[in-house]
Amino acid sequence: MMAARSESIGTRLSDTLWRRPAVLLFLLLLPPVLWLGIIYLGSLFALLLQSFFSIDHFTGQINYRFTLSTYAELLTPANFDIILRTVTMAACCTLASAVIAFPIAYYAARYARGKWRAVFYLGIMMPLWSSYLVKIYAWKLILAKEGILTWALEGMRLNWLLEAYLSLPVVGGNSLSVSTTGTFIVFVYVWMPFMILPIQAALERVPGSMLEASGDLGARPAQTFRHVLLPLALPGIVAGSIFTFSLTLGDYIIPQIIGTSRLFIGQAVYQHQGIAGNIPLAAAFAVVPIVIMGFYLWGAKRIGAFDAL
Amino acid sequence: MSAVTFDKVSRHFGAVRAVDGVDLDIAEGEFFAMLGPSGSGKTTCLRLIAGFERPTAGDIRIFGEPVADLPPYKRQVNTVFQDYALFPHLNVIDNVAYGLMIAGQGRKLRHNAADEALEMVRLGGFGARRPSELSGGQRQRVALARALVNKPRVLLLDEPLGALDLKLREQMQEELKTLQRQLGITFVFVTHDQGEALSMADRVAVFNDGRIIQVGAPEDIYFRPEVPFVADFVGSSNVLPAALVARLTGENCPAAIRPERLQLAEYGPIMARVTGLSFLGLTTRVSFETEGARLTALLPQDAPRPLQGDLVALNWAEGDLHLMRPKS
Amino acid sequence: MHSDRAPLTLKLAAAGGLLFLHLPILLIFVYAFTTEEKSFAWPPPGLTLKWFAVTWYRADVWEALALSVRVALISTVLALILGTLCAAAVSRTRFFGRETISLLVILPIALPGVVTGIALRSAFSIADVPFSTWTIVLGHATFCVVIVYNNAVARFRRTSGSLIEASMDLGANMFQTLRHVILPNMATALVVGGMLAFALSFDEVIVTTFTAGQQQTLPIWMLEELVRPRERPVTNVVAMVVALVTMLPILGAYYLTRGTDQVAGQGK
Repeated sequence: MMAARSESIGTRLSDTLWRRPAVLLFLLLLPPVLWLGIIYLGSLFALLLQSFFSIDHFTGQINYRFTLSTYAELLTPANFDIILRTVTMAACCTLASAVIAFPIAYYAARYARGKWRAVFYLGIMMPLWSSYLVKIYAWKLILAKEGILTWALEGMRLNWLLEAYLSLPVVGGNSLSVSTTGTFIVFVYVWMPFMILPIQAALERVPGSMLEASGDLGARPAQTFRHVLLPLALPGIVAGSIFTFSLTLGDYIIPQIIGTSRLFIGQAVYQHQGIAGNIPLAAAFAVVPIVIMGFYLWGAKRIGAFDAL
Repeated sequence: MSAVTFDKVSRHFGAVRAVDGVDLDIAEGEFFAMLGPSGSGKTTCLRLIAGFERPTAGDIRIFGEPVADLPPYKRQVNTVFQDYALFPHLNVIDNVAYGLMIAGQGRKLRHNAADEALEMVRLGGFGARRPSELSGGQRQRVALARALVNKPRVLLLDEPLGALDLKLREQMQEELKTLQRQLGITFVFVTHDQGEALSMADRVAVFNDGRIIQVGAPEDIYFRPEVPFVADFVGSSNVLPAALVARLTGENCPAAIRPERLQLAEYGPIMARVTGLSFLGLTTRVSFETEGARLTALLPQDAPRPLQGDLVALNWAEGDLHLMRPKS
Repeated sequence: MHSDRAPLTLKLAAAGGLLFLHLPILLIFVYAFTTEEKSFAWPPPGLTLKWFAVTWYRADVWEALALSVRVALISTVLALILGTLCAAAVSRTRFFGRETISLLVILPIALPGVVTGIALRSAFSIADVPFSTWTIVLGHATFCVVIVYNNAVARFRRTSGSLIEASMDLGANMFQTLRHVILPNMATALVVGGMLAFALSFDEVIVTTFTAGQQQTLPIWMLEELVRPRERPVTNVVAMVVALVTMLPILGAYYLTRGTDQVAGQGK
């Protein structure tokens, strides 16, 4: 009796989709898959392809013949230095982020209740979501020679300490804002919030009674931390480290604004494609973080870090 | 006339045969129960009637009309969902009036109809509330009213009482039965609770492994199981293995006997060792072990009680032993 | 360790960590009022509102802001459509390649931005696409999809699947079900996803430097000022405004999802 009524197009279309659920699924997936498949994967593929070409150093033209020579170029001391420096920096930032993030995450997971839960949540999310460039700019203000840090140290008559530190090789420099230490601080500041939530998620799954059990069995707090809490939080730390590591690996703006003239991978990519016009080498450089992250994710998956995301 | 018929209906999910060649005939005005353990295919059958699943093979008819190409919104069938599926963004009255709104009925008309339906399930005056403000039992009534207001010819109920506590469940069993008798609509309901199926339904279909293994009136299912599975699942009957039955009766087939019919006796055909006793109030449940079978008896409180480890004789009245002869 | 009170060292470490996160941003708010023009001197020699007025009349700031808003709006709309479709497909049905789809959506933010940026840049140059608003949008929408997707998938997971069946059972076809049941139930998740996608796009700079050509979004404008400072006080004011504006979406998202088990914002 319903069929007798003249039907709207909507109903007829709906009937067809009900009879053919595969068509519905296909229609749902078509736009996103087309977009991401063509625009994104297509571009990545084009990039990968470029890394197998080379550049003629005399004419500056790209030589469209398959070669591994561009990858070989990555291994020259100057370029390999860049890779090593970036990976070391990413590792240091990850470690420092974990150390700073852990107490915040632990307190938020175990002690923050009611109103304090909201305070912690917003206290973590607001810096995480606030503007990337503003955060960098804030540190430029802080680390500047005439900035608040110098002022504070002078006030405490400790500026000799800063001077002494800046005179050290590698980590030092003219002022903090043009030193590797400055780069490190800003990296940690900008990416550390990404470490807190995964650790908090992992710790929230640790029942409080388990810690009590450890204490009950005679463990001192330090031992409980070492033998119970840390192993249980590890998947969360690894999950968080995926972010801090990957983001540091690919960043080129922070070292450009705060740091020395020594390059990081991101800067190398930017300069080779821009000023130098050496797209193949830029592409090869861009493949480096992809490969490193591939191994990193593979390792993280093996210790179950993805359950903590 | 048949309300719902299944002709060799199957529904496979990949390699899993959720429903496997089911034949079914539900009469108009019947209160029909589909009973079985979880994963036995009963819920899938219900979803096939509603149109949420489509059969892999076979033919389904609702009032004689093939429904293979009929989506749920064109079937004169409504469902009460296990989780009630009340729309959280609508209040109670708009939940109940949803079907009428879709059918294009005016606001006043459909709210009147919804009010009536709410009265019928004794929830008059609850229209302005949100589903989240109702108790489990009240939500269930709203779900019922929401389905019935559309005047379906078949009402499907998926484990409708599963989420309620015992007392409420018993009360709702009564109400559902009364409602069904008043309205004269065909009710098809799915449950894993044999007590519920037996007490409410006119007929019961017992499911196992995607097939229907026995259909019949509750008394038949309870007292005259055709296969050991039904005996065990429906009534927690004792199933005697074929070898033991052959020695007792000469017929080589399994047999069932209800726990309350087993008696302790001076002499009896079976000697059994007592392995456990538990006090249940009106009765005491005694477990035995004998000749490759575990048996249970429910002894009245005034009957003499054996001790754990005793070797006792078991007996029963003529006709209490129900032979499950293989169907030819 | 059995009491429910935190040890003092933990309290101090947690408080210190949070202060470390917040103090630098607060500093921005002070610098916006400083009278110092040439350096980042602390303490500020004086306070003034003058630079707000100066910034107000700066055409380049307004143009950059307009471009940023336009890009963010278009990207948000595209991300809403693509992310919701993808979430619907992934959470309603099990199909071959489901994991691949999830991976495909997450990839643009899982890989460093510089990779996405240069990949798009080289694709544009190969395909001879001239830089325009749309080349920026192309990049932004791609990594905003995952934000909407995450929020939508979480909501789909929490709403009982039987709601859709119930609606169809009660006579609504798929489009009526979409309008009367799915969209109302998804609304807050989509609003939250949209706001966060907007915030992400509005603030993005790494990919944008590769896809903008000569155009200036507000972050690009700021980046230029950071690399080659022209008028520091104007930068100070813009930085403060941007800091305020980027906090609104996360506050709104928090407000809309508080009290639920899945609070928004975890997927930046």
